Amino acid sequence: MSARRGGRPLPALAAACVVLGFTQAAPAAEIPSAERRSGYEFMSRETRAMQDDDATNPAVLWLLDGEALWNRKDGAAGRACADCHGNARASMKGAAARHPAWDAAAGRPVNLEQRINACRAGRQQAAPLAYESRDLLALTAYVARQSRGMPVDIAIDKRTKPFLDAGRDTFMRRQGQLNLACTQCHDELWGRKLAGSTIPQAHPTGYPLYRLEWQGLGSLQRRLRNCLTGMRAEPYPFGAPEFVDLELYLMWRARGMKMESPAVRP
Amino acid sequence: MARAVVSLPATVKRGEIVEIKTLVQHAMETGFRRTQLGIAIPRDIIRLFVCTYNGEEIFRAEFHPAIAANPLLTFTTVATESGSIAFTWTGDKGFSLTESARITVE
Repeated sequence: MSARRGGRPLPALAAACVVLGFTQAAPAAEIPSAERRSGYEFMSRETRAMQDDDATNPAVLWLLDGEALWNRKDGAAGRACADCHGNARASMKGAAARHPAWDAAAGRPVNLEQRINACRAGRQQAAPLAYESRDLLALTAYVARQSRGMPVDIAIDKRTKPFLDAGRDTFMRRQGQLNLACTQCHDELWGRKLAGSTIPQAHPTGYPLYRLEWQGLGSLQRRLRNCLTGMRAEPYPFGAPEFVDLELYLMWRARGMKMESPAVRP
Repeated sequence: MARAVVSLPATVKRGEIVEIKTLVQHAMETGFRRTQLGIAIPRDIIRLFVCTYNGEEIFRAEFHPAIAANPLLTFTTVATESGSIAFTWTGDKGFSLTESARITVE
């Protein structure tokens, strides 16, 4: 918002705009790639050690469940994931690093959870697993584990571009009673403190992850709902297209960064 | 169908201090929470953890409602002889889980 119109200052109007929160901040520049940091780097030494060691990372318990589910026959087709995909260690390598990815049947990008449920419905003829259910988290974590250490690799083409732009718009748009945009904290104020916690850059490289605050495993959408509630905005329901677009933007924003799934966060 | 993960070195030298890490899957419901309708959620926690080394108890821990979900315990022992180390978690609602590991002392 410019305080000048026709060369003459309008101080009263400008002041009113500031008070009412109408000022339009210029969209923050994307964080340069050399300055991008995973949330891992903002954690304490103890929490990092917890994530790095498979003997202490509590998400390992979900990985064991996920491996069992991968090999379990399910649905009317009586097929297990392993019957088509074989060993996940080979076949699922890099899958999580590429999602959200374009899905021709849905006509839009889908995230990993949606891809798993589409596979369940189509190939196994089984009922979809509920968002944040133990089984879906376990299976997603097991698939995502196979991408650990690989760079995030989101391909944007003519089909996915509009969804990426929609996700970026959500990230940049002020919303909620606090009138905040994601970008204000995560592009402009990362590294500073919000209450007692360090503001991270919001790179979703470790999902689904074990959050100590949750005392359990959770998806990226659960985390996004937390953020929206904190901004006093109404969170989208699980699986909402707005969320998947935002996931796509966040993953694209973290392109090239290393996958950590399943990570540990405070 | 709770799961546990225990980790310790497979082979150690006699007299060496061995670090043992145990991780167990449990929601550790405190008993202090209520549902949205105000009904108390009954307590459901692990009460006791016992570790035995060739049948002899070497470590014991009592758990209380303030312990985190999926409790992680790290403790040490001195390697005396080859054999088996057994881990037992017991708790509310008849919870019982046993895990064991072999250790070879050179």
